[in-house]
Amino acid sequence: MDILKFITAGSVDDGKSTLIGRLLYDSEAILLDQLEALHASNRKNDDGSIDLAILTDGLKAEREQGITIDVAYKYFETDKRKFIIADAPGHIQYTRNMVTGASNAALAIILIDARKGVVEQTTRHSFLVSLLQIPQVVVAVNKMDMVDYSEDVFKQIIADFKKLAAKVNLDNVTYIPVSALKGDNIVYPSSKMSWYLGDSLLQHLENVELTIDDSSAHARLPVQWVVRPQTDALHDYRGYAGRVSSGSFKVNDKVTVLPSGFSSTISKIEVYDKQPEEALAGMSVTVHLKDNIDISRGDIIVNSAGQPQLSNVIEADLCWMDTRPLDTSLTYLVQHNTKTIRCKIQEIIYKVNINTLEKDFDEEFKLNDIGRIVIKTAEPLAFDPYQVNKANGGAIIIDSRTNVTVGALMLRQSVE
Amino acid sequence: MSKYRLDYLDELEAEAIYILREVAGQFEKPALLFSGGKDSITLVHLALKAFRPGKFPFPLVHIDTGHNFEETITYRDDMVARIGEKLIIGHVQDTIDEGKVIEQKGKNASRNPLQTVTLLDTIAKHKFDACIGGARRDEEKARAKERIFSVRDEFGQWDPKRQRPELWDIYNGRIHKGENVRVFPISNWTELDVWNYIRRENIPLPTIYFAHQRDCITRNGQLMAASPFLNMDADDVVEKKNVRFRTVGDMTCTAAVESYAFEIDDIINEIASSKISERGARMDDKVSEAAMEDRKKGGYF
Repeated sequence: MDILKFITAGSVDDGKSTLIGRLLYDSEAILLDQLEALHASNRKNDDGSIDLAILTDGLKAEREQGITIDVAYKYFETDKRKFIIADAPGHIQYTRNMVTGASNAALAIILIDARKGVVEQTTRHSFLVSLLQIPQVVVAVNKMDMVDYSEDVFKQIIADFKKLAAKVNLDNVTYIPVSALKGDNIVYPSSKMSWYLGDSLLQHLENVELTIDDSSAHARLPVQWVVRPQTDALHDYRGYAGRVSSGSFKVNDKVTVLPSGFSSTISKIEVYDKQPEEALAGMSVTVHLKDNIDISRGDIIVNSAGQPQLSNVIEADLCWMDTRPLDTSLTYLVQHNTKTIRCKIQEIIYKVNINTLEKDFDEEFKLNDIGRIVIKTAEPLAFDPYQVNKANGGAIIIDSRTNVTVGALMLRQSVE
Repeated sequence: MSKYRLDYLDELEAEAIYILREVAGQFEKPALLFSGGKDSITLVHLALKAFRPGKFPFPLVHIDTGHNFEETITYRDDMVARIGEKLIIGHVQDTIDEGKVIEQKGKNASRNPLQTVTLLDTIAKHKFDACIGGARRDEEKARAKERIFSVRDEFGQWDPKRQRPELWDIYNGRIHKGENVRVFPISNWTELDVWNYIRRENIPLPTIYFAHQRDCITRNGQLMAASPFLNMDADDVVEKKNVRFRTVGDMTCTAAVESYAFEIDDIINEIASSKISERGARMDDKVSEAAMEDRKKGGYF
């Protein structure tokens, strides 16, 4: 059994919380004491039925305001798969939260209100899903009960969305007509939409095919920690511990350590008391090399035959996440894999109006702004373009005055 | 591209090991908070996988309310002897003796709320900059929103509105002097995941997790172990019951469930078919809907 992490993009008005609540409720992932709390709550739907949205509201402020402010994680499982839902708010003022939730998701559910169709926020959500390179997309057309379960309405929304998908480069899109409130096509197939022959949302989530990049050309191991017991028995033991971020390594692979550029060969791979022949993307391992070279935290071990770019002037997409605007005169920190070094945002190339997708040349980069920039780092970063290899193309910007994470970077290419 | 993916337990394990190694790499004086419960026992097992054959780059820290199940303490001391790592104990009794907290009175008195003060004192005394804990997001609503690296101010307070964005698997552990970070490597595990992992890895547990006979009383609809720490009066009827515990905390606030699960397979079946969440058996969470959020803001784990 594997795990699918997915994000739901939409707002309360689209019935996002109700959709998640329905998914949990109908798949019987809600326990009795939580159900009691749900029934005891004063919040009810207009028809007196329990408000499933309550299941996802975590914080007091959110309950008071009836909206989702922060990303909440929910867990449930079926016989086929385990699921982690990143429930992120959909309003524009919470764009950074959605970017955060999207960064780890393997699938995105974009919610569209059947009565409203493709609207401004659909554009915004689709753009973000594309920017963060979420591999699978489901467009859930919700509130079908409010449009008499009309196939024509559904078809029109598909046609409209396809135009948008082409603009923002989204593929792998699956369309499902649902009513979260009534439970149509969420867990159980709907009896009201016999014209729809596809899977219910849950069936789709259970069956959608997930892949990993296991090519040796993309083998990347950021070094987190050097294991050196320095005991008499293990005097010469020197293991490089880290999690393979992409690709795969095998014993006897020729590898290069960056940024130093020294080469060696993998002599042994360890996972505690086991010695596998291969280390795949996602595995936390300890690697031994034939040659004794100087390697420390912040270095990255890669396959010599498939090396990343190495540069200190890099074009990147940036999402700004702090209430203080970006200051191009200021020195920030950039954290990429296990390396944290000083940097400056050297140039703002453009910003994107994420509601209209138009470029915007306004100088100020404020909270929730997204655009293209050039970053200059104090030392070269060994990175892959985010579009090609997400795992080695994402980085964060930290304000060294506050230590807060203020930006998300999707690295694109060296500009030297 | 390949269809091969890690099994869920392998994926959760790899993520937790990655997080533990990030703590080792990013902090100067981390600590692993060890309660004697199954979640922190799992953390210790994961730390063995992350750092052996080297030593742990942190000590284990136990905040001892003095109202423990004896079995927990026996387990703790045996385990520490077995793995040969350092254990630091912070005593709630010391905090009481120093006059920093006052013991609760009355029937429902518990030392559980007092331990936050002892925890903060212990952190300050040893200048810990990161504390690893076994909290999971599936336990409770407020926890569902907490980061894996959760920054606390000088007073140990969690401010849910000022959490740092946490992207990909990049964890920002930079802090100012006096602040510290609570780190939750098994955030993404569910109760059942922990049990399945314990079974797969053959991790020994304190005996109170398994069904046994015990003198109990019923309080507020829940079964509590009869002990000298529980303030009892004439209304309390002591009965022998077949019980086990789903969480291990202070004896005054951890409720038992009636059970005949003597083996780990029985427990896994029991939980899989159970309709009550694990924290449903914690009286400290029953106080109000926002109980956990309020306690976390006050420095609790």
